[in-house]
Amino acid sequence: MSSTIIKVQKLKKYFPIKGGILNQTTAEVQAVDAINFAVSRGETLGIVGESGCGKSTTARLLMQLIEQDDGEIIFDGYAVGKRNGIGTREMRKRMQMVFQDSYSSLNPRLPVESSIAFGPIVHGLKKRVAQKKARDLLIKVGLNPDLFSRRYPHELSGGQRQRVNIARALALDPEVLILDEAVSALDKSVEAQVLNLLMDLKEEFKLTFIFISHDLNVVHYISDRVLVMYLGQVVEIGDVSAVYSNPKHPYTRALISAMPSMNPEKRTEAVPLSGDPPNPISPPSGCRFRTRCPFSEDICALKEPALIQNDVEKRQSSACHMGDPHSGHSKNNLKGLPQ
Amino acid sequence: MSTSSSNTAENLDSGQIIAESPSYWSSVRSNLRNDPVTVTFSLILLMLLLSAIFADVIAPLDPYKTSMIKRLKPVGTEGFLLGTDELGRDMLTRLIYGGRLSLLMGITPVVAALFFGGLLGLTAGFIGGKVNMSIMRVMDVFYAFPSVLLAIAISGALGAGIFNAIISLTIVFIPPIARVTESVTTQIRALDYVEAARASGANSLTIIRVHIISNVAGPVFVYSTSLISVSIILSSGLSFLGLGTEPPQPEWGLMLNTLRQSIYVNPYVAALPGVMIFLTSLSFNMMSDGLRSAMDIKL
Repeated sequence: MSSTIIKVQKLKKYFPIKGGILNQTTAEVQAVDAINFAVSRGETLGIVGESGCGKSTTARLLMQLIEQDDGEIIFDGYAVGKRNGIGTREMRKRMQMVFQDSYSSLNPRLPVESSIAFGPIVHGLKKRVAQKKARDLLIKVGLNPDLFSRRYPHELSGGQRQRVNIARALALDPEVLILDEAVSALDKSVEAQVLNLLMDLKEEFKLTFIFISHDLNVVHYISDRVLVMYLGQVVEIGDVSAVYSNPKHPYTRALISAMPSMNPEKRTEAVPLSGDPPNPISPPSGCRFRTRCPFSEDICALKEPALIQNDVEKRQSSACHMGDPHSGHSKNNLKGLPQ
Repeated sequence: MSTSSSNTAENLDSGQIIAESPSYWSSVRSNLRNDPVTVTFSLILLMLLLSAIFADVIAPLDPYKTSMIKRLKPVGTEGFLLGTDELGRDMLTRLIYGGRLSLLMGITPVVAALFFGGLLGLTAGFIGGKVNMSIMRVMDVFYAFPSVLLAIAISGALGAGIFNAIISLTIVFIPPIARVTESVTTQIRALDYVEAARASGANSLTIIRVHIISNVAGPVFVYSTSLISVSIILSSGLSFLGLGTEPPQPEWGLMLNTLRQSIYVNPYVAALPGVMIFLTSLSFNMMSDGLRSAMDIKL
């Protein structure tokens, strides 16, 4: 568990907004702003946050589907795309991704078997061997290859298509699977089946998951650790039990208190967040959450809080002045958030 | 828990009784079978093609044999089923032979333009950015001219003749085909399955070959089929102006031109080449329309 498979350092991606007659860059959306995190081999890291907070951009950066402006990704000790590092092609073979939209992520003109076999063929496997592999993978994801291998995506249900997508991602024998909202578009009952399938596959193929979702319950269920993003930055990261039971960042607490619970005792009266997240083109100075934070003080506007480890045992870190004893925030302490 | 859950999942999906699903092309075939209009017009086209190819065998007389006595005989004259033209040549024979050139002039420019325009459109659409800009703006320059005018201008510059007419029509058809290809490619390039293909480590050529072309081909092919009828009409127009085929070669447009003077003498005979052009272009249009709906993937 201790060996790190992915390490992300100061990863940054700004999307330019073009405008004007000369099509010059007028502004930039700070989609991902200098984030750091690490993923250990064999764990499931959940990534949560509001829409537009940079979860999917992070996933695409990890896959190198878009190029970062700054920072680096270190895969299994090698910097991705750097000299003496690991090539993008080699990295993509070891890290695969399942997309959210199960329909548009499958080629409508290809039978599912060919979609699954495409990756292995690209990497030099013989067509017949790749098709055999595709059929085996269909069994692994719970689809009968005799019925499904020659089918086209429009003949499958959403859950079946997402199973095919998972099989396709597994076809290159990856070590890491990025699941970008992979179950969000499914019915609740199908979602549960696919989640169980994912957990079985993880065990069988010894996978590492990066599980991106906005559904906190699902993340709680599947993840070992959870990373909370807000406006392109990491605000809190830690063991899922610690973060859910004792959040150190006011944003995390707001998220968790907004989580619907079946247990009436767990229901909180805490005021959920009001308002929309600020514009990522011009985020607030200092702490990006301060405009919606009930504990905001002057220091929050002046200084950007660093991600500081609050609890070594539970590997919990947060980026809040209240968690830093030297920050100068009046409510700072290491015990937890004020009520 | 893990084993039981995977078992339920398996049972759930393999337990559904679904007949072996038909392949894409067999579903296209069955769609076409239920569409008598498309089938009829396709058969008419096939007949036109065959009669043009086997003109030597089918045509009753010599298309170049003139006769001063038997000029402008009406439709139904004995020995001349569809009458004779202004030089006494058998109309039926000339219409059959005329199909050769007219169909050649209709199909060749579109096939050539499909190749070049498709290539340009795929390149522009897939690469995007500045490459797209430069290719598509050049296409727009050509697009700005009315197609008839452009064809006449290029033909006029190159000189009369079938080959030059084909070149000029090809140039006329490249921009619209490139534009359709570009827009479909741009649309498909942004879809997740192209991203997924990139994520599996495939290079651009492989992605274009496997994922883009198969999805672009349908709409572009159908659009091109509809251009064939335009091409026949344009080439007839070029011949009409003396820029395409030269007399005495039989070609529908040219025949229409020369018979024009006889329209008060024998209107039915004079109209016959026009009827052939109309029938051919209508058939191509109806067939491409039918193909479009038959090849549609139901979402």
